[in-house]
Order: sequence, then structure tokens, then C-alpha cells
Amino acid sequence: MTSEVTPELFASVPDQDGRFGRFGGKFVAETLMSALADLEQLYARLKDDAAFQREFDEDLAHYVGRPSPLYEAARLSDAIGGARILLKREDLNHTGAHKVNNTIGQALLAKHMGKKRVIAETGAGQHGVASATVAARLGLECHVFMGEEDIRRQALNVYRMKLLGAQVVSVTSGSRTLKDAMNEAMRDWVTNVEDTFYIIGTVAGPHPYPMLVRDFQSVIGREARAQSLSQYGKLPDALVACVGGGSNAIGLFHPFLQDESVVMYGVEAGGKGLETGEHAAPLSVGSPGVLHGNRTYLMQDDNGQILETHSVSAGLDYPGVGPEHAWLKDIGRVQYVAANDDEALAAFHRLTRVEGIMPALETAHAMAHAEKLAASMSPEQHIVVNLSGRGDKDILTVADLDGIKV
Amino acid sequence: MSRLSQVFADLQADKRRGLIPYVVAGDPSAEGTVPLMHSLVDAGADILELGVPFSDPMSEGPVIQKGHERALANGMSLHRVLSMVAEFRKDNDRTPIVMMGYTNPIERFGYEAFAAASAEAGVDGLITVDLPPEEVDTIDGALKDVGLDNIFLISPTTPEPRVQRIVERARGFIYYVAVKGVTGSGELDTDEVARNVALIREKTSLPIAVGFGIKNAASASAVAASADAVVVGSALIAEMEQKARSAEGLEEIQIHSAAVKLLQSIRVGVDSSPS
Repeated sequence: MTSEVTPELFASVPDQDGRFGRFGGKFVAETLMSALADLEQLYARLKDDAAFQREFDEDLAHYVGRPSPLYEAARLSDAIGGARILLKREDLNHTGAHKVNNTIGQALLAKHMGKKRVIAETGAGQHGVASATVAARLGLECHVFMGEEDIRRQALNVYRMKLLGAQVVSVTSGSRTLKDAMNEAMRDWVTNVEDTFYIIGTVAGPHPYPMLVRDFQSVIGREARAQSLSQYGKLPDALVACVGGGSNAIGLFHPFLQDESVVMYGVEAGGKGLETGEHAAPLSVGSPGVLHGNRTYLMQDDNGQILETHSVSAGLDYPGVGPEHAWLKDIGRVQYVAANDDEALAAFHRLTRVEGIMPALETAHAMAHAEKLAASMSPEQHIVVNLSGRGDKDILTVADLDGIKV
Repeated sequence: MSRLSQVFADLQADKRRGLIPYVVAGDPSAEGTVPLMHSLVDAGADILELGVPFSDPMSEGPVIQKGHERALANGMSLHRVLSMVAEFRKDNDRTPIVMMGYTNPIERFGYEAFAAASAEAGVDGLITVDLPPEEVDTIDGALKDVGLDNIFLISPTTPEPRVQRIVERARGFIYYVAVKGVTGSGELDTDEVARNVALIREKTSLPIAVGFGIKNAASASAVAASADAVVVGSALIAEMEQKARSAEGLEEIQIHSAAVKLLQSIRVGVDSSPS
């Protein structure tokens, strides 16, 4: 870490322009600027409003089922023989992933704004399901934009969204994955901005989204910190989370940023290997640029065109990343690494067989790195891994990769 | 006087309204763009708006999105767009060229290098869809230094105090977005356009161009009643697309002629506007 990094620094971002150092901002069409300003003002008011926070906390407790456990993966840790691996069980949330923490929060904002229609983009479908779920609960019309390619590989989640009453819109432009779904959601929002709330699923997009999604997801890290102290009497030594847009990682990391002793690893999708170019690892090998309303690290060519990405997991298949991660990388507070498709798949099988916990393929990237890290550490040290989602949605993909017909 | 100021001064002196066609550089082919630009001028264009292809054109409707995709498949880049402008300038030093695109290709090029290269090529103005006044400081100084106009969008959702802040920073002209939505979408409400253009006029003496949702001579004529210039894009590209699909093995000039014909009829509409 550089010497300018002080505990106060982490509470100072984003600034009033939505910047995390040189990253973040509001790079959107003029038509959306007043909607963003409205959202910013509403959130500034509600953030410290006791009644709003109580409503949010009660929904997290009674609808989502929080707090999620911090579980010691004893057999896995024993097998590795290094640091103890603790799993923050976001997979046990209602709808099966961390995504719902954020959709509950944004749906409350939509309700306060009196919007009757919500839209969302989704990659793996977890955010789409979480959005469709809160929309059903609040009686809102819901449209979920999803790349044609992702609709194919996440068929179960597509059907879940339909059962919940959402309309799933197939996106056939560009690479037909998450980035194109986000383009299409932005286009819908520009068109219907007056009656529509856009529930962004990750810590990207224009300000204030990276901030408010972080705040809603930070419940993960607050709980994990308190659970570490009460269950083990100490803070963990390391945190590990997968990073696509980066919402589960920010949610875990943010409440620990000021704890200097805690090292943090964000794990990007290494796809077929960073050297092949077929991956989704902008922090590992990308460069700064502007996409989807913010400045961040991107996978792009020399002409500033966004590159197509590859990952076995639809949720990590994104060429950008939240601007706060870009900043945390630059100041050296978080280390960003990559796990390949094969490593993630192996970690998926291992956790399933050794602990009886089937992780999402996204989450399996974090597990792959955590195993390596644990092996290099000692048994009195603790690693907390954000077990961000359950893997039921991925069983057809896994079977396919293993050459099995279900 | 800049080319843009000259054109608007001439229009005003002649009591005419301007016509601004938009095409994507490199669509339908890279070789055809410069000839198409000249044909559009011959058909009555006062200013040319040249779309800079981007992989993620978030504010474009399906017609222009496909134009961007075709142009990228034809190997287009911001560097090549600038070469096209320079090529066009060899035969036309009068018609202003405004480039319309997205931030990232410019950021990648480098703001100062881009401003210098644009001025050198003969570009007059820049519209960057995802660069609102809040984010424009990164480039505006460099553009000003080389005499390029940064052109801002104002939309039906822009609140009045914000209109004031935008016009204070604007140069060249104001681009009023006539519909809430992406390019080529929505139904025009010409009464609303007239009301909002009048509100903007109270705050600035800059010319006001109106775009998004203008499809034919009738809608252009209606908008020209309140605007200083009318922008038409998706309709031209859709016309070329349709022509290209209509028969096998057409010469590119035959495809262009579809857009040229539509532009000529829109020219008549603009000129007959009851202003």
C-alpha cells in the first residue's frame, strides 16, 4: 500500500461527483441525467433515515433470511492442510445468491419514487431472478434484459423469472451476453425514464449506482466481521471473493477496508487462460476506459472498442468492473487475480463432494483461489470466502462440460 | 468565422432552415463513405453529421446500431474516420462536419491528440453522447484550444436550471433531442418540441438543431417551424438498408441513391416549413 492510504480515505469515496479517484463518474446520455440526480437526492435523504433502514433491515431478516451463517469448511480445510477456510453463506439467502440484498434495497427506492415498472439486466440470471422476486412481492411490472447466449446457458433461471411474472427480453446485439443486456436496459431506461426504475445488479453503471449497490451489499461484510469476532475472537487474515462487476466482493470487502491486517483478493474469470485473450479479467490485463456510465478498467482494443469476453460462468462474463474495484487496485488495497474455467470447475466439484455445498460457477472462481491461498498459509490463519451463490442453476452447464447428458 | 458559424449565418441571412443528415462512417462500406458525404451535400445537406462506430452504442436504436456493427466489421476506427474527413475536405472546404460518438474511443485515442488530429483533418464539432457537462472537462479545453465546438444535447427531461448550465458551456449549436428514447424511436410531439426549443432560445443565442424521431418531409417540416436545423439519421440508414436488401449485386451508388432521394424530399419539406 502507498503511504497516502489512510482509514479515512475509504469513507471519502465516492466524492460528490461519483468519483473513486480517477474512476467512476456519470457518463450517460443527457436524457438520464435528471433521473440520476433524482435518485441521488432520494438516496442521500433515505440513507440515514431510520425508518428506511429499519424497513430494509426487516426485509433482510424476514424475507431474505439474514444473517447468513459464517461456516467453517472443516473437511476442505483439513484436506488442504493450510489456513482454515470460512464460507460466508450468501447461497442460503432467499433466491440463492447475494444479489437479493441489493434488489431489496433498490426496490424500496423504487417504491419511494412511486415507480410502477422496474427493469434489470442479468448475466447468470441471479440478478434477474432477484429483481423478478422483489417485483412480484411489490406488485411491480418487471422486464429483465438477458443476452441470447446467456438465455441458452441459464435456461433454468429464465424459467424462474417467467414463473415470477417477469418478462425476459432476449438481447441479440453484440456478443449477446451481460454487456449487451446492460446496453439494452440503458436503452429501455432512456425511453421509459419517467415511469421506470432501473435496478442495476452490480457496483458498476453511473453514479450513484456503484455507491448504493455497495451500501446495500455491505451487510455481507458487516455480518462477516461481527461473526469472525464473536465465533473466533479475531478478524480473518484474508478475504476472497469473485469479481465480475464486483458486487459480492465489494459487499464483503468494504466493511474491512480499514482493517489493515486483513488482506483481500478479488478473483476474476481467467476463462481459457489470460494468455489466450479468452477471459473476462479487465483488472488483471485490461486498461482504463469508459463504459456503461463510468470510467473503470475495461477489456478493449487499441481503438477503444470493447472486446468480447469469455467465461464458463455467465455472471462473470463482463468486460468491465465496478469503479471502486478499479480504485482499490490502483491504491493497492485489494489484490486482483484470476482463476481459469478449469480451475473453477475443479473447485466446484471439490466443494460439492467434500462439504456438500454446491457453489455457483461464479463463486467457484473464488474457491479455486482460496484453496491455493490456504495452502500457502498456516492453520491458525483464517480465510473468509464469499460463497456468493448456489450452483443449482449451473448443473446443466457442468454436466455439459463433463460430457454428460442429463 | 468557423464553418459552423458561417453556415448558420448564411441560413439566417437567407431565412432558411438547415438540414443535417447523419450517417455512420464506414457504413455500408468504408470506401463509399466519402462519396456518400458528397452526395448528401449535393442533395441539400448544410452540415454533415458523421457517426463514429462504437461496439456499445448505448443511445442508438436498432437501425443505427446495425450501422455501427457493419462499420466495425468493415474495419472502421476513429483514426480511419478522421482520414475520411481529411479526404472529404480535399473537395469541400465549406460544409461543416460534426462527429457524433461515444467517449471511449476518444479517451483511448488521447484527448489532446484527438483534438489536434480532428482539427488537422477538418472536423468542426463534436457530439459525445455519454459526455454530459459534468464529465466534459477532460476534453473541452483541448477542443477549445484547436477551435473545435463541443456540442451538447438537451433533452425533454432536462430541467430548466440545467438548460442554463448547459448553454453556458455550449459552442457551435445546441442539439435538442426531440424524443425520450434512442435514435429512430418514438413519435414526435411537435408542440412539445416547439415549446422546449422556445425555452432554450430564451437562454441562448446559439442556433438550435433538433434530432431523433424525424423520419420524412412532413415531420422535418413540422420541426423546422421552430428549429434552426433538422437532423435526420435512422430514416436515411433504414432507407439504404431496405434498398440493399431489395436486390442482389447492387452497386453501392444505387444504395446511396435511396438515402439521397429521401434527403432531397426532406429538403423540400424543410424549405416549405411555415416559419
